[in-house]
Amino acid sequence: MFGLNKKDFGLMVIVAILALAAPFILNPFPEGSAMAQFNAGYPDLMQRLVIFGIFAIGFNILFGLTGYLSFGHAAFLGVGSYAAIWMMKLLTLNVIPAIIVSVIIAGLFSLLVGWISLRRSGIYFSILTLAFAQMSYALAYSVLTPITGGETGLQPKYTDPRILDGALEEGQTPRANLFGLDMNQGFELSLGGWVFTFNAGYYLAAVVMLIAFYLSIRIFRSPFGMMLRAVKSNQQRLNYTGLNSKPYTLAAFVISGMYAGLAGGLLVAMDTQVGAERMFWTASGEVVLMTILGGAGTLIGPVLGAGFIKYMENIVSKINKSVLEQWFAFMPDGIEDLLITLVYPFVGKGWHLTLGLLFMLVVIFLPGGLVEGGQRIGRVFRRRDANADSVESDAAEQRKPAAE
Amino acid sequence: MSFNNPTRRGLLKTGAAASAALTLPTYLRADGHSGFTNAPQGSTVTLGFNVPQSGPYADEGADELRAYELAVEHLNGGGDGGLMNTFSSKALKGNGILGKKVEYVTGDTQTKSDAARASAKSMIEKDGAVMITGGSSSGVAVAVQALCQEAGVIFMAGLTHSNDTTGKDKRANGFRHFFNSYMSGAALAPVLANAYGTDRKAYHLTADYNWGYTTEEAVRSSTEAMGWETVNAVKTPLTQTDFSAYIAPVLQSGADTLVLNHYGGNMVNSLTNAVQFGLRDKQVNGKDFQIVVPLYSRLMAKGAGANVKGIFGSTNWHWSLTDEGSKAFVKSFGEKYGFPPSQAAHTCYVQALLYADAVERAGSFNPCAVVEALEGFEFDGMGNGKTLYRAEDHQCFKDVLVVKGKENPTSEFDLLEIVEITPVEQVTYAPDHPQFAGGSLGTCNPGA
Repeated sequence: MFGLNKKDFGLMVIVAILALAAPFILNPFPEGSAMAQFNAGYPDLMQRLVIFGIFAIGFNILFGLTGYLSFGHAAFLGVGSYAAIWMMKLLTLNVIPAIIVSVIIAGLFSLLVGWISLRRSGIYFSILTLAFAQMSYALAYSVLTPITGGETGLQPKYTDPRILDGALEEGQTPRANLFGLDMNQGFELSLGGWVFTFNAGYYLAAVVMLIAFYLSIRIFRSPFGMMLRAVKSNQQRLNYTGLNSKPYTLAAFVISGMYAGLAGGLLVAMDTQVGAERMFWTASGEVVLMTILGGAGTLIGPVLGAGFIKYMENIVSKINKSVLEQWFAFMPDGIEDLLITLVYPFVGKGWHLTLGLLFMLVVIFLPGGLVEGGQRIGRVFRRRDANADSVESDAAEQRKPAAE
Repeated sequence: MSFNNPTRRGLLKTGAAASAALTLPTYLRADGHSGFTNAPQGSTVTLGFNVPQSGPYADEGADELRAYELAVEHLNGGGDGGLMNTFSSKALKGNGILGKKVEYVTGDTQTKSDAARASAKSMIEKDGAVMITGGSSSGVAVAVQALCQEAGVIFMAGLTHSNDTTGKDKRANGFRHFFNSYMSGAALAPVLANAYGTDRKAYHLTADYNWGYTTEEAVRSSTEAMGWETVNAVKTPLTQTDFSAYIAPVLQSGADTLVLNHYGGNMVNSLTNAVQFGLRDKQVNGKDFQIVVPLYSRLMAKGAGANVKGIFGSTNWHWSLTDEGSKAFVKSFGEKYGFPPSQAAHTCYVQALLYADAVERAGSFNPCAVVEALEGFEFDGMGNGKTLYRAEDHQCFKDVLVVKGKENPTSEFDLLEIVEITPVEQVTYAPDHPQFAGGSLGTCNPGA
């Protein structure tokens, strides 16, 4: 169906169910219980999960398929965001033009960066992209302050012209909408102790993510995708056969740049604010982590990785000492203090440390990322199929040559 | 089915799925809770403390969090009550806020506006925080303030010094107790004229971002009004760690005063470089060469060590003040943590108390009621003398301290001495002053 084979279609359906039922899945603990700390089913985080999922899916088209490691993808995210916010300031608060323009602008910018950076490969390519991203960051932070708002960033104001919407009343807060449907509108569903939040913005982002995921499957399975894999396995050999691989890598670069721009545009649609830090090199590094953590070259891996990292950032970072004290309150004093001392460095502001450790564990023991972990667990349960192909197996095969 | 050769059945299926997807949004109608966002339920109220726990201002953030924990303790009736005893308003009774026990959630702003907003959003959407406070950078303050305006909760800014927070980016739901660039300039200029004369030639090095610009503008316009001349103003990248290339041209320029519009690590490095170049031993135009740092903090003074000796700057509050409020705060903070609080800790503690007091006086957590209670509120006993929360821009007006690096520090905390307490009249400006123009508070937003 939809040009997908049976396995891919199955994967697509699973992702669709996960995305649409996220408010239930991410809120497994009843409100008010001690475990409610771990609930992630609130609009902002759900939106971030799918948006960074899109970002990582796009990055994976470049890195997973061609093996080109871009260290500057956050620049495209940032450029897309700035384009989107300017659309909201100048044209309309409807998110559709903002998202479309952000994709186009990010595509053009990535065409420029890719055209220059792709003259080199390997580490030189990575450094070039990193340089471009840091340059964009520095420009946005200071020199381009009139356009980017510098450190303060940009937000829509009621004083903005907005030619399609007409002026807002004095003092009204501009809100992003989709043909009148407010992005932060939603409703809550209480079932017993559980509270599930459904949010319009999230569902818009989720639908876009599903489309992006579908496109990425089509790219993976297309002759074009095959060519990109050929680049990854041996670009020199490809060149010797008389094929010019550059248009393919450049196309992949631009596509992944457009994905990043789409993610940037959606970020603005959900939360109407842009700051230059969005383009900082750590943000570029984060998407690399997401992709590798989830499983580079696999279809669903980057989405899992993005979800994992954003969850850590937003949930684990908020566990503070008083929360720990509540958890361990039932224990005798000495043991309680000991446990708190032991656990405290890994939560709250120490979430980076936990993430780093988990990342090391994944890279060492599951080189194929979380997807490989899932496959191993799956294999335990169906021994019979140990040698059968799974959905991601061909991607996992592809990964191996690069690891040599 | 594939897109290349659609079948009738496939088309129907796709159509049905698509129309289901499109009708989905119509189910998403807010009913939510009545009145205002996150109306406290039950016997507790949740506040959100959003401070930098990692990144360049992590030290300030840690001190802010200490101050908030102390404030919560005092609000709930623990400890010695701290500033609640000296505060001119007696609405707070030490039984929480409106009888509800104060609980709090914390988050890490990472000094990035994105991260700060994500963290604030999770406090509002997940934890039900009715007020967000904290932060140690103006970019973050402006971003979170705008978010709180949209979401319909109160924002009590932490350490933010840029004019824009209560200038072009002011919001009805946001309040700032800390002073700003303009006040620094206005307070410093007379002291500088007194100490160094009125015919100085100044050379500015300015951190290349928003706060740097407003500070440079403020110091420039107030010193030029005193008769100083600005020879040159050079922007330095925020990430710069070695400023020697920027210091060398200063001497050739004929300037006899260097103004460092730098904060945090920037200032520590630029000042150290300037002193190492021997600027302070030089004579230019027949005058001793001087250096000025518009915004000082104890943590910065500590970083720059002996180099700060004798250098003028301004600060919001200092623990060595001897009024009743300051003494009470230093005492309870010192007893709990073992060292004196920084100005960041002070402003955050005061903000938390001011919010609680406003809720008590308004009799409601409704943001609009709180805004009304805070607007035009005059109070005393919080360590800064008589203070006014001006209704027009939600900026606190109070005395500003001009300080100088101490020549003979007696401890690692005793690095600054107070030169002058500039009275509030001298740092007050009109709400539509050009340095603050272009913004509008709008109307308070109580949310859903």
